Amino acid sequence: MEQPPAGGLTFAMASQSEGAPKRPGTADPPWVRRTLIAIMLVFLLLFLFLPVIAVFAEALKNGIAAYIAAIVDPEALAAIRLTLMTAAIAVPLNVTFGVAASWAIARFDFPGKQLLLTLIDIPFSVSPVIAGMLFVLLLGVRAPLGGWLADHNIRIIFAEPGIVLATIFVTFPLAARELIPIMQAVGSEEEEAAVVLGAGGWQMFFRVTLPNVKWGLLYGMVLCNARAMGEFGAVSVVSGHIRGHTNTMPLYVEILYNDYQFAAAFAVSSLLTLLAIATLIAKYFLERRAVPVKREQDDMAAKIAA
Amino acid sequence: MATRTKRKNVLPGFGLTLGFTLAYLGIVVLIPISTIFFKTFTLTWPQFWAAVASPRTVAAYKLSFGASVAGASINSVFGFIVAWSLVRYEFPGKTLIDVMVDLPFALPTSVAGITLTAIYAGNGWIGQYLAPLGIKVAYAPLGVVVALTFVGLPFVVRTIQPVLEDLDQEYEEAAATLGASRLQTFVLVIAPALIPALLTGFALAFARALGEYGSVVFISGNMPMHTEVVPLLIMSKLEQFDYAGATAIAVVMLTASFAILLGINMLQRWSSRRLAA
Repeated sequence: MEQPPAGGLTFAMASQSEGAPKRPGTADPPWVRRTLIAIMLVFLLLFLFLPVIAVFAEALKNGIAAYIAAIVDPEALAAIRLTLMTAAIAVPLNVTFGVAASWAIARFDFPGKQLLLTLIDIPFSVSPVIAGMLFVLLLGVRAPLGGWLADHNIRIIFAEPGIVLATIFVTFPLAARELIPIMQAVGSEEEEAAVVLGAGGWQMFFRVTLPNVKWGLLYGMVLCNARAMGEFGAVSVVSGHIRGHTNTMPLYVEILYNDYQFAAAFAVSSLLTLLAIATLIAKYFLERRAVPVKREQDDMAAKIAA
Repeated sequence: MATRTKRKNVLPGFGLTLGFTLAYLGIVVLIPISTIFFKTFTLTWPQFWAAVASPRTVAAYKLSFGASVAGASINSVFGFIVAWSLVRYEFPGKTLIDVMVDLPFALPTSVAGITLTAIYAGNGWIGQYLAPLGIKVAYAPLGVVVALTFVGLPFVVRTIQPVLEDLDQEYEEAAATLGASRLQTFVLVIAPALIPALLTGFALAFARALGEYGSVVFISGNMPMHTEVVPLLIMSKLEQFDYAGATAIAVVMLTASFAILLGINMLQRWSSRRLAA
């Protein structure tokens, strides 16, 4: 998710909160304002709000008992378990990567940094289907590496490890993309002070760096988690659709839907929708805390002075 | 940024973090990506050409590119209106709307797919009013456009919004003082400042739409030559174990994606230069 440059956002907010007088020359005529707000509301109602309402309406169509039965179904529970397990592996790995990459990129200058940033973004621009296909080509039974794995009875493609790998690929840039701008905005003064005063690397990391970026880190985790649990295309390619065995929740939704078990499909979907809504709420609260305000004001002061 | 370059760096961990970053990037991204190009080299030209230029594939390109352009264009218009309203106007429910704009990022695509299908099918909440008018959305190319509009919406809003927030209203004031009408101010002062962001948002939404699978697979109906998008075609080739054909088409799509990525990078550089100036 693209972040607004941290400094600019608060700058705009600050100049408003100073109680800037209404600027007569910059106000739109009331009819323009009303028309644009009306168009926005209709558009968002059709494309954002109706889908969310529809998920819950369809899920509860056959009553609350059917809804609960659909969710506690053993296959549904197996899908929930696999989804949780996949996220539990993919998220810590990618967040660790995000911390390492943001440290190297935000704190040091080295040749090829711009190229590295572009390479980190690659999974964003690869279709989920192609992402899944990469792992089938690399590790499927027909590939050299896959053949070797098959000879040793290690199943990756059409099994859980494949799902985990595809999920890691798809969610790869998320934490790094969140952390790099935050790490840059926070600045390195406090860390330099810690090192000069004799702190060891890990001491500095746990006492200075981590507290400074913790909200951004948490936000990166939330985003990564939402995408990991919700990924469909990539895991669909590598899963092989073995019922009750290699289904994540989004895949299970597809199976139910194709079986014409619509209410059950929407019941499982409603859980994923709740996850999405929780993610949005977390984003709302975490994003504003991601960059410490004090430092940003310093940043602003520096900008004004410059 | 300029302050950091000349100082001597006392911070530890450069070798460790960069080493881990490169190793992890290599294992998770670069090695898998390279396999697809190696696999392509094992194809002969006629094989490659047969896969990427068959009538079914060409029909899928047309639908994918056409519907992605349509979705990104719809989002450019309405996304701009949403961003403008959120930044410039006060109205009840503003925070809720601001938070909800990111829903397509957060909602799993399969959920989006079945929900949009339910709404726009002939007996759905909206579909039932469109059907008598002869407008078929679900299981028709229009349904693909609807799904791709849904997934691309946040890209345009979230690209324009920060630029709009940073836009100094003094210029508008100056224009008004000098006698410009509000429309003149918009066309001559505001719009030029927003064009790079609008183009970036369009490109991001387009790139996302081009690769989209989950939300499209349910609403499109997946009829070859008619409502089959490229990711779907790749999927069906994989299901028939036609790995060569799938690879060839995937290489074409990857090349297109990388070209767009490059274009977006250049746009953003242009955009930040203009903001700095």
